[in-house]
Amino acid sequence: MGSHHSDRRRFLTDAALASMAVGTVGSAAAQTPAPTPATPAARLKETLAYGQPSRFETTGRKALGAGSPINDTALTTPLQDLDGIITPSGLHFLMDHVNGIPDIDPKQHKLLVHGFVARPLTFTLDELKRFPSVSKVYFLECNANSRPLRGPNGDSVQLVHGRTSCSEWTGVLLSTLLKEVGPRDDAKWIVAEGGESNKYTMSMPLAKAMDDILVAYAQNGEPVRPHNGYPLRLVVPGWEAIRSVKWLTRIAVVDTPAMSWHEAGNNADTAPGGRALGFRFELGPKSVITRPSGGQRLPGRGFYEITGLAWTGGGLVRRVDVSVDGGKTYREAQLQEPVLPMAHTRFRFAWEWTGEEAILQSRCTDEKGEVQPTIAEAAQVLGVTPDYFMQADHFNGIQPWKVNRDGSIQNALF
Amino acid sequence: MIQKGRFEAVKTSGLATAIFFVASASALAQGPTYRFGTTPSAEEIKARDTAVSPLGRELPPGRGGVKEGADVYATKCASCHGPNGTGTMLHRGLVPLGNAKPLKMEGSLVPYATTLWDFINRAMPWFTPGTMPPDEVYAVTAYVLFINDVIKETEVLDAATLPRVRMPNRDSFVGVELDWKPGQRRPLGHYPTRALTP
Repeated sequence: MGSHHSDRRRFLTDAALASMAVGTVGSAAAQTPAPTPATPAARLKETLAYGQPSRFETTGRKALGAGSPINDTALTTPLQDLDGIITPSGLHFLMDHVNGIPDIDPKQHKLLVHGFVARPLTFTLDELKRFPSVSKVYFLECNANSRPLRGPNGDSVQLVHGRTSCSEWTGVLLSTLLKEVGPRDDAKWIVAEGGESNKYTMSMPLAKAMDDILVAYAQNGEPVRPHNGYPLRLVVPGWEAIRSVKWLTRIAVVDTPAMSWHEAGNNADTAPGGRALGFRFELGPKSVITRPSGGQRLPGRGFYEITGLAWTGGGLVRRVDVSVDGGKTYREAQLQEPVLPMAHTRFRFAWEWTGEEAILQSRCTDEKGEVQPTIAEAAQVLGVTPDYFMQADHFNGIQPWKVNRDGSIQNALF
Repeated sequence: MIQKGRFEAVKTSGLATAIFFVASASALAQGPTYRFGTTPSAEEIKARDTAVSPLGRELPPGRGGVKEGADVYATKCASCHGPNGTGTMLHRGLVPLGNAKPLKMEGSLVPYATTLWDFINRAMPWFTPGTMPPDEVYAVTAYVLFINDVIKETEVLDAATLPRVRMPNRDSFVGVELDWKPGQRRPLGHYPTRALTP
């Protein structure tokens, strides 16, 4: 294996991942502040070269599930601690299907575009940056996000819904590159491959590639972070994020999908009638109240601004409605500008807590007219029981949070 | 209106390989605009183009049977997957698909044998992926298919026979949006959603 192995890229250690994953379920205040550097000068040196949050801020990503060397690693975004619509890059969720994060030298990185094309080409990163670029704000959401979770993992918005994040991505439209190589008339699909140890592959229809897929080199104004695909990744707007191949090395233009393990086997959901569903792309309308939310505690009766995020693969969020009585009545929430297609949209809703029990939940309607379902409605459409969604993908059900008389808040989905 | 392509739909022209190098006239007519990038050599493309699709046309030469596969498995796979395929992430036998918990099983939830070969080739062994020569990948694929009751103990797999292995539940797989078009609605009944009023 020596010679085979020697040319493989180096990987960050699992210890680095583990150190990011510390923390316990519950409120944001569970972690202790970092130790203070010895002197003010040392403190300046530590924080100025690349600014860090105040040492009094303790938010961070949290690992979901027990994890093992051969299970996927999931680190979740602390949605309850964030404002606006942009996820800080260091808090972007991570759902890793590989044994470590590639440590790629951008000077050595080349993107190969080939297959059913007139002119196969390789591009260095510098060459890619010479193309006309675009910057777009898009969410990325794991297809497994929001699975109903029982027990401690179901306590907080972070662990249940924190596998969605939203960034400003900058890069070249994939259509620009494809026009350079000239797809043949019989080309129907692309297969994108990443630079991980196991060379993760995903297939997408050529029509999507020619529409809005982005080959991104920047995230929130700086190079894409290593765990998000440095130095180059796909961003496939509105679709399950498993399609947005990180550490992008190769795009093959082909006539059929690859039916790779992560798209055909591992990512298929079983369904009634003995079927397995694969190749479901677009994420549905979804919203969730991030404050107040599970694990938090209201300090007393009085005014609260309920706030949360809504998003949809269908384009623009058209409206969000909020209920404080478990869905008996809804009133329209205020959408915070900017409202952008296939991006997180912030909503706000004024609420006076009387000290009585209340169930807070939100409902998203998108520009295609699709409405976020309750778990019961979703189960009815698919012909399953609600428990089905604990193991299924693409669940976009309404999330109720129950406010108890003592101000404590808990997940009230089940 | 709603397109429900079965995975079978990918069984298209066997001529694909033959026409691979013949660019169509219309594509050539549309020239590049920016002229950045470098033309890769045929060797570079071949070295990097390792993904294997259901037609199997990318499969390398080599062959392997169940017996050799059992030896490879014992040496390189059993430490994680357990003896005889009984451990984590690898299960024995077929499980009918249904609406219970999805069971990610090789025999049940993989539509093509090429999917299995491709993943073993690119991702296994987990800590030294891509290090098995094609003969070993063919052999251990044969072994996994055998313990999942898909092929017989005497069968040998190579570039010709592997794509012909028929996975038991292939017809049960629905590629929900294989015919996706920009702007189309998500097909009702395939996503958790609220029933739309017509």
